[in-house]
Amino acid sequence: MCDFPFFSLVCTGEIFELKAELNSDKKEKKKEAVKKVIASMTVGKDVSALFPDVVNCMQTDNLELKKLVYLYLMNYAKSQPDMAIMAVNTFVKDCEDPNPLIRALAVRTMGCIRVDKITEYLCEPLRKCLKDEDPYVRKTAAVCVAKLHDINAQLVEDQGFLDTLKDLISDSNPMVVANAVAALSEIAESHPNSNLLDLNPQTINKLLTALNECTEWGQIFILDCLANYTPRDDRESQSICERVTPRLSHANSAVVLSAVKVLMKFMEMLPKDLDYYGTLLKKLAPPLVTLLSAEPELQYVALRNINLIVQRRPEILKHEMKVFFVKYNDPIYVKLEKLDIMIRLASQANIAQVLAELKEYATEVDVDFVRKAVRAIGRCAIKVEQSAERCVSTLLDLIQTKVNYVVQEAIVVIKDIFRKYPNKYESVIATLCENLDSLDEPEARAAMIWIVGEYAERIDNADELLESFLEGFHDESTQVQLQLLTAIVKLFLKKPTETQELVQQVLSLATQDSDNPDLRDRGYIYWRLLSTDPVAAKEVVLAEKPLISEETDLIEPTLLEELICHIGTLASVYHKPPSAFVEGSRGVQHKRLPGSAGSADSPDTGSAAGVSEAPPAVIPSQGDLLGDLLNLDLTPPTTSGPPPAPSSGMQMGAMDLLGGGLDSLVGLLHLGGDLGGSPAMGAGFGAPPTAMPASFPPPVSGGLDDLFDLGGSVGMPMGAYSPPKSIWLPAMKAKGLEISGTFARRAGVIQMEMTLTNKAMSIMTDFAIQFNRNSFGLAPAGPLQVLTPVGPNQSIEVALPLSTVGPVMKMEPLTNLQVAVKNNIDVFYFSSQYPISMLFVEDGKMERQVFLATWKDIPNDNEAQFQIKDCHLNSDAASSKLQGSNVFTIAKRTVEGQDMLYQSMKLTNGIWVLAELRVQAGNPNYTVSTVS
Amino acid sequence: MIHSLFLINHTGDIFLEKHWKSVIGRSVCDYFFEAREKAVEPENVPPVLQTPHHYLISIYRGKLFFLSVIQTEVPPLFVIEFLHRVADTIQDYFGECSEGVIKDNVVTVYELLEEMLDNGFPLATESNVLKEMIRPPTILRSVVNTLTGASNVGDTLPTGQLSNVPWRRVGVKYTNNEAYFDVIEEIDAILDKSGTTVFAEIQGVIEACVRLTGMPDLTLSFMNPRLLDDVSFHPCVRFKRWESERVLSFIPPDGNFTLMNYHVSSQNLVAIPVYVKQSISFFETGPCGRLDITIGPKQTMGKTVEGLMVTIHMPKAVLSANLTATQGTYTYDLATKVLVWDIGKLNPQKLPNLKGSLTTQAGTPKPEDNPSLNIDLKIQQLAISGLKVSRLDMYGEKYKPFKGVKYLTKAGKFQVRT
Repeated sequence: MCDFPFFSLVCTGEIFELKAELNSDKKEKKKEAVKKVIASMTVGKDVSALFPDVVNCMQTDNLELKKLVYLYLMNYAKSQPDMAIMAVNTFVKDCEDPNPLIRALAVRTMGCIRVDKITEYLCEPLRKCLKDEDPYVRKTAAVCVAKLHDINAQLVEDQGFLDTLKDLISDSNPMVVANAVAALSEIAESHPNSNLLDLNPQTINKLLTALNECTEWGQIFILDCLANYTPRDDRESQSICERVTPRLSHANSAVVLSAVKVLMKFMEMLPKDLDYYGTLLKKLAPPLVTLLSAEPELQYVALRNINLIVQRRPEILKHEMKVFFVKYNDPIYVKLEKLDIMIRLASQANIAQVLAELKEYATEVDVDFVRKAVRAIGRCAIKVEQSAERCVSTLLDLIQTKVNYVVQEAIVVIKDIFRKYPNKYESVIATLCENLDSLDEPEARAAMIWIVGEYAERIDNADELLESFLEGFHDESTQVQLQLLTAIVKLFLKKPTETQELVQQVLSLATQDSDNPDLRDRGYIYWRLLSTDPVAAKEVVLAEKPLISEETDLIEPTLLEELICHIGTLASVYHKPPSAFVEGSRGVQHKRLPGSAGSADSPDTGSAAGVSEAPPAVIPSQGDLLGDLLNLDLTPPTTSGPPPAPSSGMQMGAMDLLGGGLDSLVGLLHLGGDLGGSPAMGAGFGAPPTAMPASFPPPVSGGLDDLFDLGGSVGMPMGAYSPPKSIWLPAMKAKGLEISGTFARRAGVIQMEMTLTNKAMSIMTDFAIQFNRNSFGLAPAGPLQVLTPVGPNQSIEVALPLSTVGPVMKMEPLTNLQVAVKNNIDVFYFSSQYPISMLFVEDGKMERQVFLATWKDIPNDNEAQFQIKDCHLNSDAASSKLQGSNVFTIAKRTVEGQDMLYQSMKLTNGIWVLAELRVQAGNPNYTVSTVS
Repeated sequence: MIHSLFLINHTGDIFLEKHWKSVIGRSVCDYFFEAREKAVEPENVPPVLQTPHHYLISIYRGKLFFLSVIQTEVPPLFVIEFLHRVADTIQDYFGECSEGVIKDNVVTVYELLEEMLDNGFPLATESNVLKEMIRPPTILRSVVNTLTGASNVGDTLPTGQLSNVPWRRVGVKYTNNEAYFDVIEEIDAILDKSGTTVFAEIQGVIEACVRLTGMPDLTLSFMNPRLLDDVSFHPCVRFKRWESERVLSFIPPDGNFTLMNYHVSSQNLVAIPVYVKQSISFFETGPCGRLDITIGPKQTMGKTVEGLMVTIHMPKAVLSANLTATQGTYTYDLATKVLVWDIGKLNPQKLPNLKGSLTTQAGTPKPEDNPSLNIDLKIQQLAISGLKVSRLDMYGEKYKPFKGVKYLTKAGKFQVRT
């Protein structure tokens, strides 16, 4: 016999034996047999041959036996779908059992059997269980909906289970609420835009109540869900924070971290001068420190998250440096993370302590860790200027140890220190040169060669040193070869007389004997420079280099903001946005931190808040654009900030409204469409439509709609309508350059007004702009005027005048404009849509007679009508408002209590559009008929 | 959520697998084995691994890897906490968490896993709830079960499952009502060569063993609660009362549980009970070195230091140690290069000393790395932070329980650098 009773091999003989036992009359024997089967299954043996025999044992009142059979079923039903049907009846019966435990067990197991035929039978019992009187059954059923959704999403929607699930959020039992939230969150992950978890103050309140009473796991689900909510104002934000803070003292570290996430996010909304803000900051430190005393795996995840938190709010942990000190028996992954955080927290106040620690680490056993510790010393020197001297001397001490890899790392970081503080520590070069022979890693060799080349004039035997490297030139890695080439050229420029031969040697090695194009090209460039204009060569090669920046390894602010919203998730462990690695990245929503309420002075946090709901796709989706425009127009322009993101209901309204309006624009659109081919044709009035384009892009009508809509533009100088700035190019897509902008017609000139924001770490310069061919021939009338470089986190406003004489091409949608923006980093592309009203020219007023004649000439099928709702202006006000946007009223008539306004407008390309506006006093709805 | 769980032993065999959704092939573990290979030491395997289609989150407990497979974005801490909970439950049920024990009880473990997670969502992780659903094996019960044919699976819904106190079942009855609390403090410290404290903190925990009839409502108060500014509680503790009155008010779970964890980090409060005088040196010439260690009491608050033990991880080049100890015994394990000096009780009159020579491998350079000393010690009846329980009151029940509080100070990660 084998040691473990259940672990004997499953051979055919044994299968027979088990079969016999399963069919035994004795209950006890049956149970033991099923146990043996399960044991074989858990170690990965195939016992599916026993399927019918095991299922036969299902009809029993012994709960343990039932559970065991269920376990078996879950594992093998998929491979034997026809047999699995046999079990359905028992399941359905069990769902009616008076014992809630059995009801729950049945519905739970059924959901785990991923066989279509069984799923069909699941719906009815599940519906009952979702409304069961016993909360235990309800909570199990809630999870079952998520299971079912995973198997057959359509079925769940058709059966209306999602709504039932949403109702469960208001359940009286906190555990049911938590499971409903968990199930909804999981379903929402596969439907990113479904708005399943519609969070409003009422549901938030319910969740917060349930939070206090449910299990630790439920608390995690609820907290993660809360983190997706954007509070309306700072007061709501504060009250949520207050109710979440007790979770920081929970024993479960996942609860703590989820609570930290909620607090970190909502804190953004709080004004910094608030007392509560300071209190909250203080409360965050102890729980984070406590996480570090947990098991190493938990520590690791906590440290990765603390790394983010420290970058966003260094003040939280600035006094807690010591908890990050490394213990020698920490696992290596914990050691490396601690080291990273130590550097981030290093400051003038604690640098002495940090350095002493780092020096200690540099003598440890683990090579990777030692290397990183040495590197960390270099980073300290660069970060804390006052400590540079001490760091250099520490590094020198380490070089004296002659431990090979320590020396090499030290040389690499000393090179960086030279680049940060030139002409300060060159006295150490002699020591470095002593260790030349021991360097065998490319990075260290390259660093040393760079140092020799850079300071060739101070090193007497620089030529000898470099010559010694040159001997094995072809065996070196590319990095070293390139560095050597440059260093020798530098040397030559500094000491031309003695090194002529050397430079020729290296140039011929690089250009003639090398296969590496980079090396060859660089060689040729130097060669030509040196042979044609040595002075220029000197200027190029020996040019003053920019100092290296303080911290090169910081996460970009936009990414950091997004990651802060993902604290505690896998994204926070990998320091990548979820879209970068989540399977299939099915339209993962980018999350942003909400802007602070009192931060009118910082435009970029403000705009971040504005777009937090809208997907920052480069080309805004049409529905959203419309929603935005309409939403703004219909509300009086009292808000100075960006518009609130439109609710879906609003968007639907907009679509309806325009549905009618689309037709009316037929003629206009059609002309526009024709223009693509022959611009001249557009000169006449009302060219008859030859073909009806099948569908029209809504944004055009959106543009017109803005005009007729008459809501906003009260305070504008020209009265011309100009939509609010929207983000055209998010920083995520353009290496840190964010462009938001709008179009406007100011004093007869079309302008593109943009805000360029630099969200990257480096300076941006050399901006230029170009348009693709477009429907109305828009083109920049001059170069983009960005004179000063844009520093990190700086914004600049630019207005670019546009002309309409550029090349024409019909775009889809008509008012689409594709733009390319270039800067010193790269070229970026985005497209935007301009309001058509911008194209109405000032001389668009038609003579009355001509108007009448034209109106009659245009065939009726060119006419279309649509309605504008909720516009509280009388006809005169409307007319003057429209005039501001170059829509001119030709005549006014009053018929049966309705004011009829006849209007004309002319587009930049000479097309006329005629309109009739019917205004009924007291009725906020306008009717517009448009012909052209 | 959690998709599958694999249990893997230290030789890399998968000996148990459980899938909560669809079945995932074992080949997914290959990525883990690769990382395991790379890490050399099992402790150093990174806990979160990314594979093309899954994430692998693992913990290492009792020489076993608990490896979970994740398919969607899930808080990793959630998974790690859960895995530790699984290990705790196994420990709780069978006394230890090892491959042998799991293999012996494979079906019970499997039932437990099924009960703990549903579709990847935790279902019941409280030990008392689980124990009502699946009774832990005892010799007596297995005898009774065989005689009567009863099963060890509960067939009624555990009462705690849905009440507002999910951690306690109703109808608990004891003839002897008792409540014991152990205040255990671990000192984590790093001392440098000269004996100065680089870093020190106390990790405290209050372990409770409560066997009380009915639904008792307990209040535990401290003499000096102001010491505690960084705490985490068992869910049963009423946080509001702690915030306002600094007392622990709770309805306890039945049996053993951790009432609270705390953390004292302000330097001046952390007393270091012993000092260590040491010198470990290797000579430039000749394959040998010297070792001389003396330990003496420092701040022991008048109590005796017991269970004193020094562990040193020697550099690889050290072949053997020829030492004499004035007290206790020492062993040097050649394979792991670990020197252990088991001292026992610290006698302040006669300080223990370990002295002698070390032989290093001939021809190798002098070892670069300095070994660190790891100190183990115990002090009974003392909480080194000075924390004291002042009283325990019980409401809600009429009987008088036995009450007791014990204190213990231990060395946690207590290191002396050389």
